[in-house]
Amino acid sequence: MSTIVSLPDQSTAKLPAKSYLNQEYGLKSWLLTGDHKRIAMLYLFSITFFFVIGGVLAGLIRLELLTPPADLMATDTYNKVFSMHGIIMIFLFLVPSVPATIGNFLIPLMVGARDLAFPKINLLSWYLYMGGGLLVLATMVLGGVDTGWTFTTPLSTHYLNTHVVTAAMGIFLAGFSSIFTGLNFIVTIHRMRCPGMTWFRLPLFVWGHYATSIIMILGTPVLAITLVLVALERTMNIGVFDPSKGGDPLLFQHLFWFYSHPAVYIMILPGMAVISEVISTFSRKRVFGYTAVAFSSVAIAVFGFLVWEHHMFIMGVSQYSALVFSLLTMLVAVPSAIKIFNWSMTLYKGSITFETPMLYAFGFIGLFTIGGLTGIFLATLGMDVHLTETYFIVAHFHFVMVGGMLMAYLAGVHFWWPKMTGRMYPEAISKTAAVITFIGFIVTFFPQFILGYLGMPRRYAAYPADFQVLNVFSTAGASILGIGYLLPMLYLPWSLKYGEIAGDNPWQATGLEWQIQSPPLTENFSEIPIMDHEAYDYEWLANKTHHEVQTVG
Amino acid sequence: MSHISPVLWEFLVHWLKNFAIFPPEASTIAPYADALYFALVGMTVTGLALVMTMVLVFSIRYRKERHPEAVQIEGSTLLEATWTLIPLGIFLVFFVWGALLYFRVFNPPPNSMNIYVVGKQWMWKVEHQGGQHEINALHIPTGVPIQVTLISQDVFHSFSIPAFRVKREAIPGRYTTVYFEATTPGKYHLFCTQYCGTNHSAMIGWVYVMTPADYSAWEAGNTSGASLAQNGERLFASVGCNACHNGSATARGPNLANVYNTRIRLTDGSTAIANEAYLREAILAPSMHVPAGYAQIMPTYQGQISEDGLIDLVEYIKSLDSNYRIQQMLNKSQISSAQASTEGKTVPAQGAAKP
Repeated sequence: MSTIVSLPDQSTAKLPAKSYLNQEYGLKSWLLTGDHKRIAMLYLFSITFFFVIGGVLAGLIRLELLTPPADLMATDTYNKVFSMHGIIMIFLFLVPSVPATIGNFLIPLMVGARDLAFPKINLLSWYLYMGGGLLVLATMVLGGVDTGWTFTTPLSTHYLNTHVVTAAMGIFLAGFSSIFTGLNFIVTIHRMRCPGMTWFRLPLFVWGHYATSIIMILGTPVLAITLVLVALERTMNIGVFDPSKGGDPLLFQHLFWFYSHPAVYIMILPGMAVISEVISTFSRKRVFGYTAVAFSSVAIAVFGFLVWEHHMFIMGVSQYSALVFSLLTMLVAVPSAIKIFNWSMTLYKGSITFETPMLYAFGFIGLFTIGGLTGIFLATLGMDVHLTETYFIVAHFHFVMVGGMLMAYLAGVHFWWPKMTGRMYPEAISKTAAVITFIGFIVTFFPQFILGYLGMPRRYAAYPADFQVLNVFSTAGASILGIGYLLPMLYLPWSLKYGEIAGDNPWQATGLEWQIQSPPLTENFSEIPIMDHEAYDYEWLANKTHHEVQTVG
Repeated sequence: MSHISPVLWEFLVHWLKNFAIFPPEASTIAPYADALYFALVGMTVTGLALVMTMVLVFSIRYRKERHPEAVQIEGSTLLEATWTLIPLGIFLVFFVWGALLYFRVFNPPPNSMNIYVVGKQWMWKVEHQGGQHEINALHIPTGVPIQVTLISQDVFHSFSIPAFRVKREAIPGRYTTVYFEATTPGKYHLFCTQYCGTNHSAMIGWVYVMTPADYSAWEAGNTSGASLAQNGERLFASVGCNACHNGSATARGPNLANVYNTRIRLTDGSTAIANEAYLREAILAPSMHVPAGYAQIMPTYQGQISEDGLIDLVEYIKSLDSNYRIQQMLNKSQISSAQASTEGKTVPAQGAAKP
């Protein structure tokens, strides 16, 4: 198979003498850095750490569900395991995954700036994230929390004696970390674009992150307030949510989902942003319908705020408001469909190669399409009645978040790894990992759709024997999936020392970040670039390369 | 294979016996829900096939070997409009279809038989009109529309019967209702689907759907001796409600006869319908529900009467309403007429069909 990978001659190639990685040495130079690229690396390490914990917990869940009775662990333990899995994966992995690592690294490079607008706030956001992470770890060490990641009141406020407040404060802190990241991105994108970088010359990656940042800034404070109210009701018996104290239990649901529904777009929009870059690069074509893709991100961010009640269709909300929210939910599905079709059309008349990031991107398109369309089942009022709170929800959510977002995250990590580290990973094994992940994912989560229609409730430690066969499939798939995730954790660190030298632009991509050395200088650009072409202009790249060959030769 | 490894063989047999992929259809709503489900599955398969075909065909046709130079294309407004409007149209069809079903599930016909279900950590308590009590079990007849009125006495629970395709949250301090009409006698799963703490996965039970004849027999054999309304009447006297609500001209409290489902004017000028939720609230927080012309002298009963007791009181007050009593009698005759129509072809109900 032909490839577009063009690496420099390995016998003479060297990593650049000076880069952000060797500018300074020592722990202190990392912990006190203001450099967005180093902070991105700090985030990369930390979220990988939490991903491993969350993943092990997922493995425990699947092991317990191998057999119908609660035999591997007590029901209380199981409840804690799935709660911690949800809390860690959502607040400490999915929310910061692409924006805080890849986004942090790339947004200044893509808009042609030397750093984010507020480097110190950027570092502070990492410390807040770590503070939140440590509180969540403390919760685990102290004995865990069994509220589920949704903290449903009055269960969380009066009926559990686990470490609810510790966990809630952990999420509270981590929430501020994402507010600061969003703030930094918005200001940077507005104020620090290089000369010639108009809004419609920005890579779609930046558009996606802009939309994400809006949700981070507007949504996260609501979550913070809600968690504070939970803590107040729990510690000081203030009746906000508990009806026996005059509170309203549905109020919590409204407040929580007012953040947590937009939050799923915080989790998926950056993934979509990655896919646009990857699909364009490996089909050598500009993204089909640039403006449609850019505005669909913004549309998702706006409509995403108006659909939260679809989590509450069976909770005794007014039937007419359920109608309105069902309709709005149907509308928010449209921009995602637009994106999928535009990516597919980008392949048309392209010149396609199948490197690792592209394989992950194909996985994303397939799995996200299923995840998105099964969302329509749940937006359809009468169907939601039967499907909500079952494994159908679990399957839908994981198709979007794991099949979609995690695939996109891995696509992004593999795509920009040579830029971040200056080295390539072994392609054959990374392609294998992409295929294993895809197969493992389907085997794990597809049976859960069927379980859901059968009516198997989620969050059950024990289940009736009729559901076992499908659960065995799911657990078997999870072990395949585990291998798929383990492989990159082995070969990526290996490549840091033994990988081939990548050179500036191994993928022949057009973005500004690919026109500078890998890994980049601390100041990114020795002189601020001037943007004189559209994003994804492969002719410009060809002319530039041609010109360079002539002048050097 | 049985001679290679008997253990493995047993395991496989056991597996295949328990291999369900589709739930039984046992209510009048189930076929409608399933039709919608298959339409949605059809849409998903079509959409996925379309996207996969595009990706596959383009990947083969335009891979670098066959198509070394990409052709740059800006986009196409016509195509954008196509794939905006067609999915939108399809989604809107499902919106309407789903809404129709939703209104069906949550708006019971006025003559339905009412059963109360109280959720608590970690059991379902069922209270029939005739005073039959059940725990983690629900006996119902076929062919009769049934409204379940739910409430929780602690945290959120959710009352789910997959074979009927219905589900509703049991909310602390608030009545919610769900409606269904069973069609096939048998034994079906009852789940709590809202996470409610330690033994959430043990908050399960069975729904026994019986022929009207079997149901009448069950009803007669399981009565506790007093209907909900009769229990309520006793409680009404024992907590002293009748001291004021005694219907006499000089009574300090309003007369409760024929008050159910009427519009009441309150002292603050607003009006309210005296439905179940109102009656319950008026007992727990009387100061917020004072009818015009009366003084606020009623003490609160918050924390003094259990949810079961409140149900009894509400049923008692409802039974003072002549319209409601007539409807109850009609329901009874409905069951016996349904019974008459199935007489002679009675199927053994309990445990007959395994879901």
